[in-house]
Amino acid sequence: MTATTQPTTTGDRPAGLAPARTGAGRPRVGLARLGAHQIVLELRQFARSREQVMFTILFPVIMMVIFGSIFDAEIGAGVTYTQYFVSGMVASGLMVTGFQALAIQIPIERDRGVLKRYRSTPMPRSVYFIGKVGMVIVLAVAQVVLLLAVAVPFFDVSLPATGARWLTLVWVILLGTTACTLMGIAFSSLPKSSRSATATVTPVALVLQFISGVFFIFTELPSWMQQVAALFPLKWMCQGMRAVFLPDAYGAQEPAGGYELGRAAVVLAVWCVLGLVLCLATFRWTRRQDG
Amino acid sequence: MDTVTATVDPDVAIAVRGLRKAYGDVTAVAGLDLTVRRGEIFALLGPNGAGKTTTVEILEGHRQRDAGDVLVLGQDPARPDPAWRARVGIVLQGTGEFEELRVHEVVTHFARFYPNAADPDEVIDRVGLSAKRRALTHTLSGGQRRRLDVALGIIGRPELLFLDEPTTGFDPEARRDFWDLIRTLASDGTTILLTTHYLGEAEELADRVGVIAGGRMVTVAPPSELGGRAEQEATVSWIGPDGPKSVRTATPTQLVATLQAEFGGEVPRLTVTRPTLEDVYLGLIGHDHSGRTGPDREETTVPVDATPSRRDRAAARSPRRSA
Repeated sequence: MTATTQPTTTGDRPAGLAPARTGAGRPRVGLARLGAHQIVLELRQFARSREQVMFTILFPVIMMVIFGSIFDAEIGAGVTYTQYFVSGMVASGLMVTGFQALAIQIPIERDRGVLKRYRSTPMPRSVYFIGKVGMVIVLAVAQVVLLLAVAVPFFDVSLPATGARWLTLVWVILLGTTACTLMGIAFSSLPKSSRSATATVTPVALVLQFISGVFFIFTELPSWMQQVAALFPLKWMCQGMRAVFLPDAYGAQEPAGGYELGRAAVVLAVWCVLGLVLCLATFRWTRRQDG
Repeated sequence: MDTVTATVDPDVAIAVRGLRKAYGDVTAVAGLDLTVRRGEIFALLGPNGAGKTTTVEILEGHRQRDAGDVLVLGQDPARPDPAWRARVGIVLQGTGEFEELRVHEVVTHFARFYPNAADPDEVIDRVGLSAKRRALTHTLSGGQRRRLDVALGIIGRPELLFLDEPTTGFDPEARRDFWDLIRTLASDGTTILLTTHYLGEAEELADRVGVIAGGRMVTVAPPSELGGRAEQEATVSWIGPDGPKSVRTATPTQLVATLQAEFGGEVPRLTVTRPTLEDVYLGLIGHDHSGRTGPDREETTVPVDATPSRRDRAAARSPRRSA
């Protein structure tokens, strides 16, 4: 130790900037509260970033209004294209918030040294991920509410009528958002830099939207395209949302003659596990050139 | 990598023996030794590419080494745990993080990560950002942003603080204020390792200076003694009948007296200089300061104690005798 005598004690929040002599110890704030603070911090940053709010939250609403207004023909079993499209847009919004937004945002934070900054502190690593997942869940719920707030009065979509349908809505949101968020975090290690992130991520999200039954009726797509889409989560999220918002009778028009909720849950759960494994194996806290 | 071989000395904050790190074929650090004592301000000098940043990042626990014994606060930084992180403060070169947050929001948030954090408002005050407490960080000037970096580095009341080129982009007044802050931290007992390109900063702040070149520690000394600076001979320069002349001597006064007698009064363009820290430093890292080539270029290769100072060479080069 130094010869200097320390004027401060090691009690709670001592005055001054003199080195803390107790040294060791975990943060005084517990993990749950740290996570909650981190979620608030993420949401605050999000809310103050106009481009992010525009891109992530409002864009799906705008798309829904445009497509919903152009095409309104009936597509069978008393269902209009608009209703079909709204359910697809709800699913798609979850993917944009979870996958696309994170896969673009995290490389920017990595490039700017935000991740390195966190790593320089005793913050448990999980707090960073708790912050991201918490933010996405809050935004996903906000987005579903916003889409329905527009769709219910203007596009002849009705809120789920039964408890079972509400339950389906909740688990599709939870499983779908979790899978997309984990894949977004995993995917964030792929772009070489923040500059290439948008170009790397956007096509993936866009292609998935085209082949998964968001913009087009899924059963009208070539069967090979349906097979490919069935490997990815978005197709199953769309199907789950149709089970929530469209009549049971329409289920007969689905490829398997039903909404296949059990299979949807399994596929989404598998993607959650896969995403988690990829996150743990590939996540980088520093820029690629930093080694 | 063996932590057992290095003894843990409580008076030593950083102990490095034979540190090595290569990136592919490029050797960045080639067997570097370094000891930083508790409570001292140690400045690392060296040109870009000398291995400074790699060394510091290894010490910070941000980069893995290839070989060597390293102990930072008695622990191997290759395996940083939260308790060790809490004792080490790092001032990173910020590049625009947390743009959408206010100064006090960022500092308060980071305070939560530490077991014995300082009061966020006091830290904001100490780095001179009180007036910007509620400002969004993207509205800060470069110097103010750097102060925020420092605030995040010291919020956990670290025993050891790393500062990587802390005053780059500061105006002279801000630099003075910053130096005062560093001195205060040091007098409170914080050990400080700083890298800098400003020799004046090292001279002003550091108890000891280490010069890194080619991935090795070339010399370690107090700034006033670096490269035998204190004992070096003075250089006397003037314009003789045959052109510029420069003589190194331990007795410059005597030489000037002799010259005065020779010229019978004023000696044309007479200068007496001793090497500045910059001269010594440039000699140590084996670089000509000017990068120019000229008749006196070969002088840069002679040993440091024979290297004429920048002013001598400038004086020797510049005069054009009017016939």
